[in-house]
Amino acid sequence: MNKITNHQLYRLIAAHFLEIIREPSVLFWGIVFPILMAWGLGIAFTQKGELTQRVAIIRTEPDIKLSAFLKDHTSHNGNLFKTQLKNKKLGNINLIFEEVSWPKAFTMLKKGDVNLILEEHLNNVEYHFDPTNADAKLLYQQISNTLKYGAEYYTNNEAEIKPLTVTGTRYIDFLIPGLLAMGIMMSCTWGISYTLIDRRSKKLLRRMVATPMKKSNFLFALMTARFTMNIVEGGLLYLFAWLYFGIHIQGSIPALIAVFIAGNIAFSGMSILISSHTANPEIGNGLINAIVTPMMVVSGVFFSYHNFPEWSQPVIQYLPLTMLADSMRSIFNEGAGFTSVVMDTLVLSGIGAVSFIAGLKIFKWY
Amino acid sequence: MEKPISSSAEYLVDVRDVHKSFKDVKAVKGIDLKIAHGEFVAVLGPNGAGKTTMVEMIEGIQHPDKGEIHIDGKQWKHHQHELHQIIGLSLQETRFMEKLTAYETMQLFASFYKLNSHRVDEVIELIGLEEKKKAYVNNLSGGQRQRLALGIALLNKPRLLLLDEPTTGLDPNARREIWNILLRLKKELNTSLILTTHYMEEAEYLCDRIIIMDQGQILSQGTLEEILSMNGGCRSLDELFINLTGRHLYE
Repeated sequence: MNKITNHQLYRLIAAHFLEIIREPSVLFWGIVFPILMAWGLGIAFTQKGELTQRVAIIRTEPDIKLSAFLKDHTSHNGNLFKTQLKNKKLGNINLIFEEVSWPKAFTMLKKGDVNLILEEHLNNVEYHFDPTNADAKLLYQQISNTLKYGAEYYTNNEAEIKPLTVTGTRYIDFLIPGLLAMGIMMSCTWGISYTLIDRRSKKLLRRMVATPMKKSNFLFALMTARFTMNIVEGGLLYLFAWLYFGIHIQGSIPALIAVFIAGNIAFSGMSILISSHTANPEIGNGLINAIVTPMMVVSGVFFSYHNFPEWSQPVIQYLPLTMLADSMRSIFNEGAGFTSVVMDTLVLSGIGAVSFIAGLKIFKWY
Repeated sequence: MEKPISSSAEYLVDVRDVHKSFKDVKAVKGIDLKIAHGEFVAVLGPNGAGKTTMVEMIEGIQHPDKGEIHIDGKQWKHHQHELHQIIGLSLQETRFMEKLTAYETMQLFASFYKLNSHRVDEVIELIGLEEKKKAYVNNLSGGQRQRLALGIALLNKPRLLLLDEPTTGLDPNARREIWNILLRLKKELNTSLILTTHYMEEAEYLCDRIIIMDQGQILSQGTLEEILSMNGGCRSLDELFINLTGRHLYE
């Protein structure tokens, strides 16, 4: 009797799967790390807690208004003046003014310790900062308004602020679908490409194809084992996001499954193409990074790609990671169904199929 | 019509005027070689002699630029599937999946030949890895890995076994263990063996015929006595090798 467990496809899938789960670092990078990243970024960008801002201040000719403010509203300790701007909805801001010399102020600016320098001129204050730095601009407005209207200016507008914290509009809602998409890309490229290149360099591919093993079974098994891992990794990340941040999938689950599968097809196919030729793991490393890193930066995983110049938008929008992240995001947060993601699903699957076939044509087994 | 495997050709391996180059390097320059059923042949030569290239052409991994290779009357181009079934091989320095156990590795390769665990158990016993069968491959010693590679080569009871330096880097005990397994095979099955090696004593101890290669050509072949007497009564293979090439075998 020939049992299913003696079938080469079963054995190949089992072998690849065992190799993955027996490597503790794989479990860390695949499962724990994305969850830590989601937690860290989620906390950093959604917590309303206190924010501390440091400002350098040059007091060669003290300004009357600023002097009064520092005297009345701050606690003085050596060259530090501390105060707090209060607002329940915006979160409190701890302002620390540090009295320093010009050279010291510049050093602090270069190190990123401060991004605003105040210089007093008897009857006025000058603000030195980089106007293209959003943080610096915001801080300038906060401090100049505080000096003009008093510390109450920041507290007074509490009533008009209506915080949007409904599911789907927070930063974490933006982030999680992006992380899921990135997880699929990373897992496929490193898991499939690197494994193939490594096995080629160790002459294992050559040894395996010197048997009656079907090459298609080998590649199919590698992709299946990786797909299974991606389900586990993605599932656990979503479970964490659901329990900790209360994230919900607002759109169609079958559509999400279709997009997830299409993403796996796209990146598995690309991985076969990337790894079709080289037997040198260092070249492989470079190749994978060259494909993966630009997409990680521009595809809108961590922040919207609309920040990039207009001319680059059409290119960015058709990168596989952008399509995957956008589709997942629209299902998670905008309640999208099949019809809105069908195009991306087809294009992603097509990219995967074409890369797979091209990769197989030039694939070096020996 | 194809011949059935049982009614085999006169020679199991028939290599005819085979050439192979890599870019500017002529690795094999016109080799003819016939190997009988059940014959053990050692191919000796220093690094770069063309041993591995020749063996890999017989294994179907490399393709000759010129010349023909017939194994059991069949050629790789037309009979890849049949030839894979009757050949067992171990390559130089293959590294198997590190996080699989020795047993799982054997099971994986057995599945390619549609063999079940019963055959895996037999081979594990034959190569003496029963105690290590649950150990991960990366925890096996060099000798144990070489025995595992040999075991995988033996799974399908090959009629032609090709071993590329199966004992390089092993201590004398580990080497002798592998020799004993091979001698047992010779006695029990009518397997033909092509073995490349740097070790003269390995060739002397195991093989019916010794082939000396250098710079892509066969310099001399025959039984040990024959090639020693043919070449002016050298007393050892090393002496013979110096006479033929001006170099030591180990260079």
